[in-house]
Amino acid sequence: MFDIFLDDAPALVVVLPLLISAIIAFMPSKIWPWIISIITLLLHLFLSLHLLKEISVSGLIIYEFGNWEPPWGISFKIDGVNIGLQLLFSIFVLVSTFYSRKIFLNEIDYRDSGKAYSLWLLAVGSLNGIILTNDIFNLFVFLEISALASISLIALGAGQNRKALLAAFNYLIIGAIGATFYVIGVGFAYAMTGTLNMNDLVIQLAQYSDGQLAIFAGMSFMLIGLMVKAAIFPVHIWLPPAYSYAPSAVSTLLAALATKTILYFFVRLLYEVFIIYPNYLSLFLDFVLYPLSLLAIFIGTVIAIYQDDIKKLLAFSSIAQIGYITLAFSLKDHSGVSSGFVHIFNHALIKGGLFMAVGYFAILYKDRVTLNSLKGFGYKYPITSFALLICGLSLIGLPLTNGFISKLYLFQALYTNQMYFSIALVAVSSALAVVYFWKIVEQMWFSEIKFKSEKEDAYIYLPIWIVTISIIVFGIYSTPIIEFSNLSADYLISGYQN
Amino acid sequence: MVGGLFIIITSQNYLKKVVGLAIFQTAVFVFFVSLAKVLDGTAPILTKMANAYSNPLPHVLILTAIVVGVATSALGLALVLQIYKNYETIEEKEIESLELKSDK
Repeated sequence: MFDIFLDDAPALVVVLPLLISAIIAFMPSKIWPWIISIITLLLHLFLSLHLLKEISVSGLIIYEFGNWEPPWGISFKIDGVNIGLQLLFSIFVLVSTFYSRKIFLNEIDYRDSGKAYSLWLLAVGSLNGIILTNDIFNLFVFLEISALASISLIALGAGQNRKALLAAFNYLIIGAIGATFYVIGVGFAYAMTGTLNMNDLVIQLAQYSDGQLAIFAGMSFMLIGLMVKAAIFPVHIWLPPAYSYAPSAVSTLLAALATKTILYFFVRLLYEVFIIYPNYLSLFLDFVLYPLSLLAIFIGTVIAIYQDDIKKLLAFSSIAQIGYITLAFSLKDHSGVSSGFVHIFNHALIKGGLFMAVGYFAILYKDRVTLNSLKGFGYKYPITSFALLICGLSLIGLPLTNGFISKLYLFQALYTNQMYFSIALVAVSSALAVVYFWKIVEQMWFSEIKFKSEKEDAYIYLPIWIVTISIIVFGIYSTPIIEFSNLSADYLISGYQN
Repeated sequence: MVGGLFIIITSQNYLKKVVGLAIFQTAVFVFFVSLAKVLDGTAPILTKMANAYSNPLPHVLILTAIVVGVATSALGLALVLQIYKNYETIEEKEIESLELKSDK
């Protein structure tokens, strides 16, 4: 009987959270929404593991909804590119949901917790849809569900600080413009090819081998729309306020996973579909994405140094880190794409861990965490502070942490492409990251006054330490991440070489 | 389309921004529907009189997009309402000056 469900695993990983979210929306209870969410996400993880098993046997699953064959029906595709991301997503969501309970209880009214978890699961399901979908219009729908769910979650931060409302509103406007741009692009593509399925799109586009203006316009619209959503440098302005005023648990989920899934789709669109026009692609990568990534890395890091508010500091450092990822993706070869995926995995863990630790501090301090307020926290709350320290060192890229592995592979990829200028810039901005992280460390451990240690909540520091330990483990034994990234790059780049 | 975008960028009033967004989105919907027209085509209902049918698929896509658009507008308006409750104004400049004051 159970096998029937397993056959539909690709659909269930998306549908299950969406369905459950409708059920728990009106539960007034404090704890039940959380318990149901945890059970749902355990099932989600189980289904993801099942998909991994299937993929290791067959290598490719195409799930047709309602048995409508593609290109007519909507389909989900699971292959080497997204299975690693799916697994990371499943595990991280479970950990951050575990973490979120106490945080939500502190930051929002307990009567709202049913609604909060409902939105939480809505965001989870739709982000998972972005990972799996193989249909460009279906992507738009998931993009908007996830955006609306995360906007509502950000607005829940208004109980703490009313600026959360402005942040959410700006995200809504900018995000909706981005999504609408994407739809215009889809319209152009559909008008020229009559298909929305990504695999079929490649076949249909081949008939315009010399390229047509309408297609290039459509492609540009789609890419710009996705760039807005992924917060790539000049169109990132919605991100820092949104991440910093959201409730801490929400910042964790969004910073770790939301932009990553969209970046994943972005690179998939580039290397799977638009690869048909190598000239257009290399024009876009060399003259748009590459310089913007460098600017993002540099400017993001410099602005982060001048931030006083820790959550804002982390958000600006996210802009820089997204820059590293897009820099790697703009390299057009196997080493570049692979190192981009490595950094997607590692940065999700690092930023997740950092936001979790800072979120806990915000609750202990009962206000926004600024540099001054962290004074002596290293002695007051040693367990969480030490986790924060390790995550931060990993962000800088010290050996024995997974951040080092990311930087190593990025340098390698840049070196094989002989981009010495970028190597220098990445090295400089890593050094600058030391500056902003050192400011935090200085406040936490090197203040004059000594503090006694206080009790910390195991429900909160356990998930933080799970993430922190995984950072160290993947820093020493990085094979799983490297293998998944190489697998992704193998699938994506094989198209480029032909 | 450009009109809607223009309103979003230039207007100082949050409510007007939401309306501008709605106009912008509607323009894109109309663009989609216009793609569906086939010359001499009738509505896609199976009859013997028709010799060509318009493409129904863009309409269906837009039906989905309209739902998304409604949700976006609704959420936008709800946020504007909450902003008004918290700040007692929805003018961007006034809110900025309020925030500057509270930062000091």
